[in-house]
Amino acid sequence: MKHTAIPGTFLLVCALLLLMLSLIQLTAQTPLSAPLISINALLLVSTLAACSTALPPFRAGLFVASLLVSALWLAWQPLHSLTLCVLALLAVVSVQRLARASVPSAAVATLLGAWLLWFWQILVTGFAVPQVILPAPLDILAALVDSLPLLAGDVLQTVFKSVLVGYVLGSGLGIAVAILIDRLPFLQRGLLPVANLTSTVPLVGVAPIAVMWFGFDWPSKAAVVVLVTFFPALVSTLAGLKASGKLEQELMYCYAATPRQRLLALRLPAAMPFIFSALKVNATLSLITAIVAEFFGSPTAGLGFRISSESARMHMPVVWSAIVVASVAGSLFYSLLVHLDKRVNFWHPTLRGSAVEK
Amino acid sequence: MTTDRRLLQHALPIGMVLLAALVAWYLLAFALNAPGVIDRVLSPRGAWSSRDLVFATLNATRPLLPAPHQIVFDIWDSLTKWSLTSPRNLLLHTWVTASAALTGFAMGVVLGMLLGVCIVHSRTLDKALLPWIVASQTIPVLAIAPIVLIILGSIGITGMLPKATIAMYLCFFPVTIATVQGLRSPQKMEMELVHTYAARRLDIFWLVRLPSSLPYLFPAFRVAIASGLVGTMVAELPTGAQAGLGARLLTGSYYGNTIQIWSALVMASLLGLALTGLVTLTERLVMRQRKGI
Repeated sequence: MKHTAIPGTFLLVCALLLLMLSLIQLTAQTPLSAPLISINALLLVSTLAACSTALPPFRAGLFVASLLVSALWLAWQPLHSLTLCVLALLAVVSVQRLARASVPSAAVATLLGAWLLWFWQILVTGFAVPQVILPAPLDILAALVDSLPLLAGDVLQTVFKSVLVGYVLGSGLGIAVAILIDRLPFLQRGLLPVANLTSTVPLVGVAPIAVMWFGFDWPSKAAVVVLVTFFPALVSTLAGLKASGKLEQELMYCYAATPRQRLLALRLPAAMPFIFSALKVNATLSLITAIVAEFFGSPTAGLGFRISSESARMHMPVVWSAIVVASVAGSLFYSLLVHLDKRVNFWHPTLRGSAVEK
Repeated sequence: MTTDRRLLQHALPIGMVLLAALVAWYLLAFALNAPGVIDRVLSPRGAWSSRDLVFATLNATRPLLPAPHQIVFDIWDSLTKWSLTSPRNLLLHTWVTASAALTGFAMGVVLGMLLGVCIVHSRTLDKALLPWIVASQTIPVLAIAPIVLIILGSIGITGMLPKATIAMYLCFFPVTIATVQGLRSPQKMEMELVHTYAARRLDIFWLVRLPSSLPYLFPAFRVAIASGLVGTMVAELPTGAQAGLGARLLTGSYYGNTIQIWSALVMASLLGLALTGLVTLTERLVMRQRKGI
């Protein structure tokens, strides 16, 4: 199938038309806004520079430079909607161009994220959106820096106490129980459907009961996390223990391996990809659960507590910075597990690659 | 004959496990409630026998863990003693939550499939947007719930829609990922075949891509509707909502009414099962129809 360059060209033509309109509008103003007109000129240069499917290096550089200068300049100018539209179109074109080029896809995603943040900042400050509705990224950053000690305490409370303890206990128990009942088909047949059904049950609702049993502090949150993470770990481990190949199992049988040896040497390693996929699911699940459980009553620290209490007091930048911290913590946790997963699979070459996933 | 045996083979273990769980629950209820009951009910009354203790622990008014029959009676009472419009009837709360969850699910499916279709057909979006969607799975989306409620509330949107929006947030991830996976699942040979028929993109989409993505979509729908239900219940927490299973949980925890919490929880589980069952049923119907062709 051939790829046509129509969308990009279409966007560029739209950008040109909008530029004409905005120039007409600007020259009609009585006190001529000189900076805006020069920004328009810059945008015109970048539009023209972008007008070919394959950018030679010089024109690409011109495109990027003029776009960058006009974007930064526009941040200090009063909002002019048509100019902003042109810039938005050119931003889309720039993302598209980068996607065509042979760069890692992380770079494209980063560029898109940067553009979105920039427009968020410009639009929120330009239209003077109240902070209650949507604070600007720079305000969030300022709030993040201001309340860093506070948020560090929250992370300690939520991530390092509730989540980590609950996660280790819940996943560990799930894996341990799975290994224990692995050789009892009767129990497996009974337990597996029930464990599968728990994924449809909103287990977070147990939080008020946990608060009643274990108090307001982190043990109650850890208890909910244990409950939520237990079943995915159990189900995945049981599935994983069945995943070893028949040939290998027969080989072990020929060696007269004891069940224990079979478990340690063959079946547990074979189950590792399954266990790790459960661990990865549990990582995000446990953080969400801990945060939600804190909505049901908590001590004076914790990310969930911070989000609910500060949003009640309308301190939205602090709330957003708490969310940023939570997502960074979640992403770090997840990427740590992905990294670990790769390491483990690296040491067990038979488990690597697509053969396991299929 | 064979179905009977299979039923027996599966039903017996499941029944045993459930029975064991029930017995464990009763024992746990007895053990947890006994100290409180002895302190508050039996000791002031004077001498008591072990039979009194068992009876009192399993019928306490404010138990630490209510016995299963208490929960069943509470649900039954709320269903039969009060009219359907009364806030004491659990069905009303269930309906409020279910409608928001279903609306959110529908919105999430539409959004998720749209995103998936766009990502499959545009290399730019595939490179620029998909990493963000995957990365946002590690973000605690539910943490945004209070903010979404405040934003929508200040615009003037209240009632069911904010809750549905949060449910939508949770629903669209699995649907998007499954759509992308499913639409890309046709083999190269099939694609080349329709290509030789000079099929347009739209034809390829309707005739090849969409049908072959169905097996991927339905499991994602099941996941999505379960997490959409959780999202709806969580959304009912910070607003001080009057109705809904989440609100019921919260008021129950405020007043220390354990039985109310548990019956709301049981109702939520039943709702989750029913919604997932609905999706499974649809899946069976659609898949059977496909096989019939």
